[in-house]
Amino acid sequence: MRAKAQLTFHESQPAQASGLLAWLHIDLPLLTSLVLLSGIGLSILYSAGDREMVLLQKQLIRLGFGFVALFALAQIHPANIRRWSPLLYSVGIVMLLSVILFGETGKGAQRWLDLGFLRFQPSEMFKLTLPMLIAWYLADHRLPPNPTRLIMAGLFTLVPVLLIAKQPDLGTALLVGTGGAFALFLAGISWRLITSIGLVMAALGPVAWYFMHEYQRQRVLTFLNPESDPLGTGYHIIQSKIAIGSGGISGKGWLNGTQSHLEFLPERHTDFIFAVISEEFGLVGILALLSLYLFIILRGLYIATQAQDTFGRILAGSLSLVFFVYLFVNAGMVTGLLPVVGVPLPLISYGGTSLVTILASFGMLMSIHTHKKLLPT
Amino acid sequence: MPQSSIKDYLHESQLFLGRVIVSGTLVILILAALIGRLFYLQVENHDHFTTLSQDNRVKLEPLPPTRGLIYDRHGAILAQNLPAYSLEIIPEKITNLDSTIQQLSEIIAISEDDISRFHRLRKQRRRFDSIPIRVRLKDEEVARIAVNRHRFPGVDVKAALLRDYPQHMKTAHLLGYVGRINEQELQVIDTSNYSGTSFIGKNGVEKSYESLLHGEVGLQQVEVNAKGRVLRVLENQPPQPGENLHLFLDMDLQSTALEALGEYNGAVAAIDIQTGGILTLVSKPGYDPNLFVEGISTKAYEALENSLDNPLFNRAIRGQYPPGSTVKPFIGLAGLEYDVVGYHQETYCPGYYQLPGKEHKYRDWKKWGHGKVDLQRAIVESCDVYYYELARTLGIDRLYEFLSGFGFGQPTRVDLDGELSGLMPSRHWKQQKRREPWYPGETLIVGIGQGYFLATPLQLASATATLANQGHRIRPRVVATIEQSDGTMRESPMIIDELQPLNTDHWSQIIDAMSLVVEGTRGTARSIRSNDYRIAGKTGTAQVFSVKQDEEYDEELISKRKRDHALFIAFAPIENPRIAIAVIVENGGHGGSVAAPIARKVMDRYLSGTSRMVVSDAG
Repeated sequence: MRAKAQLTFHESQPAQASGLLAWLHIDLPLLTSLVLLSGIGLSILYSAGDREMVLLQKQLIRLGFGFVALFALAQIHPANIRRWSPLLYSVGIVMLLSVILFGETGKGAQRWLDLGFLRFQPSEMFKLTLPMLIAWYLADHRLPPNPTRLIMAGLFTLVPVLLIAKQPDLGTALLVGTGGAFALFLAGISWRLITSIGLVMAALGPVAWYFMHEYQRQRVLTFLNPESDPLGTGYHIIQSKIAIGSGGISGKGWLNGTQSHLEFLPERHTDFIFAVISEEFGLVGILALLSLYLFIILRGLYIATQAQDTFGRILAGSLSLVFFVYLFVNAGMVTGLLPVVGVPLPLISYGGTSLVTILASFGMLMSIHTHKKLLPT
Repeated sequence: MPQSSIKDYLHESQLFLGRVIVSGTLVILILAALIGRLFYLQVENHDHFTTLSQDNRVKLEPLPPTRGLIYDRHGAILAQNLPAYSLEIIPEKITNLDSTIQQLSEIIAISEDDISRFHRLRKQRRRFDSIPIRVRLKDEEVARIAVNRHRFPGVDVKAALLRDYPQHMKTAHLLGYVGRINEQELQVIDTSNYSGTSFIGKNGVEKSYESLLHGEVGLQQVEVNAKGRVLRVLENQPPQPGENLHLFLDMDLQSTALEALGEYNGAVAAIDIQTGGILTLVSKPGYDPNLFVEGISTKAYEALENSLDNPLFNRAIRGQYPPGSTVKPFIGLAGLEYDVVGYHQETYCPGYYQLPGKEHKYRDWKKWGHGKVDLQRAIVESCDVYYYELARTLGIDRLYEFLSGFGFGQPTRVDLDGELSGLMPSRHWKQQKRREPWYPGETLIVGIGQGYFLATPLQLASATATLANQGHRIRPRVVATIEQSDGTMRESPMIIDELQPLNTDHWSQIIDAMSLVVEGTRGTARSIRSNDYRIAGKTGTAQVFSVKQDEEYDEELISKRKRDHALFIAFAPIENPRIAIAVIVENGGHGGSVAAPIARKVMDRYLSGTSRMVVSDAG
């Protein structure tokens, strides 16, 4: 058994040769595409933010933090990441509870925890710690997991998701939930179970409706029929579709989007930046951007398949898929395919702890990919 | 299960690889769906969204045309556009209107009238319209608002051209005035042409010539941001200014006529005989049309509306008075033309007239009678008995037919809005309106211009001009030439309604009699005889209706208002007629002593050459 595992391990060491990168524990294709994406993001932000340099500086600082986190995490051995998983998860739960109890209200929802030196959004870290915990919990045992473990893993997922949803932060809850779900999916739970869960979720829809806040219900209604309230809640989607549609195949050109620069498009430098790109660079620009995203996702999935152990595989796979969910939920919302949920376009939208979290997750991917000299436990 | 606690790495990695492949496939499929959506938006519906995006960004703004100016015949300005600042409020943007107005009134003077006008306009307009709270701001007030502007969102100083009538009440009835477009007018006008205009002619020339004065709206395409602020002008199609009107009106004559009326109320209409151009059209008392431009206060309006002198009433074209003896030349002409009398054929006047077999005595104004009277004397001395007999002989049908030829009982179709047609009674009319047959006695009083017979001052002036022209009835008109914005002038058309050709001798005989009214020793208007030119005229007196029940009992006022209206018609010079005039002095008493001197002053002014015609040529 061990021999076989080692065999596959040795076969998958192409990066071994490049000395400095190996020493830095960096995956070059991933890093290159992430830097490229961030650069594109900055140039678009320059346009979407109406050439506001302060905006650019702040984003640059965040990206700096993010890449520092990426490098730092890449240095940590996956075994240590795995070891710390249950503790980080527990600390996270405590923080979520304290947010609900003492948190600061921003934009009508309690999300922030003021630690004195920085304002911190604990829900954000569950995008990392939940897949970590599930991977840790399932990795030691035979896969697919037995029913008891499955139920436990389900509970581990449900607790933070419900706590985050209660803040309320539907977008983050969704992303965290999918993170847990992907971990379970990759762990190999049966298709029959997946189908049943899907059906139960669909049946729970009306129940969820009952528990929703008024503004959340409004978003769903607006999604179903944006023209019903063109100046109110439907305004975002209508203006966003106009921006995208009027961009056409080749776009209106950088800094020339009328929808964004004449302020018709709301939230244009944050959640709706995808519409700015579509307007200014057209279908061609968007296809190029989506290709870059696709490359990053596929590279992440490839890293997952090449991972040394179950923990690494599940974690790397889940994180890559969560990154995809970011992209799809944001793009789907902006193009009117999905209801408006506050999810940023990863690495491009201005602000948010999410930028740091996303880069940190790629740091873990690199860690998984580059620490392979030791034997699996 | 021996292997239950041992992990099967191969199986697990294969299971995992399967799941990753499924995930990767799903990722690609979902991204493909997203691309499909983008294709749908950006390629298939590109045109639709481009239109929407253009609609968002580009707004069409109307550029209102400048209203045409109005001049008198010598180029004196009668209606102009002056730049004025007004303080306007957009109610939609104000949370507490009353307190905002209160705060504004601490900065500039805002009267009760201003506030009530504001609220009145507010009810007529939409919530997002800008509504004036104060008009005609002084420079100092504009400055004071500018300093405090930040305190008042939704409040703004607007600069606009305001219509101004420098002659004030002298031209009020003739020119009319412009005012804010109201609900009814909105349904009639071409709303796109008026999209930038807030004023419309309400009366007089301003209303009749609205389409020429207004001009054509211009358009500019502007780029706006989401807040509606204009960022740049993309395209500009300038407005076509309204056309300027040059009137026949002689401001000098107008002033002379008003002045000559003195304390009396009344009307003067003077017509240029050659062209039908209206030289003077006075209705006294007048009002200041400038008050109406920005909306008159309710109090001021009620004062005008309730005044016993009725200043808002245009007597010159809407006042219907019994023409009295001024119709005698026309009826005399009818007598000659129908050959029922000869010019020198005499009738005896005992001071009264009786229909055969009837007791009722129709009185002459001269109790003891005129004695033997022919047509000439009957006109010169205004003998009623002669005309009772003549009218009876002619009969109402011939009277109606003949006098209608001079325009009695029909609108003159002057280029002014709101003219009334007077009343030329007939059998048909009486059957229609009163459901009664015509009585012979009624014919008699038509013969002296009383009874049902009513005429407007303009009708009388027009009929007099027709008499002077020996049958060329030229339609009276106010506007002489129309000046387009490029400076080209076009004349307003002269329209002539020919009378049936009459015997030339008859015209001369009647005009001869009318000259003797002024020049003869017994002429009723001998006091106005002029040495410089010869006048043909006819005096008249119209009985006033009895005092109405609802009028306040004030002995002095009533006795004054019971007095007869004094009338006078004339034209001059006889040899080469240039001006025809009709004067009505309400409660003036006798035509000869009160109305005729007014006509004389106006004719003097026009014919003596002291009129500004020379002055204007120089300037």
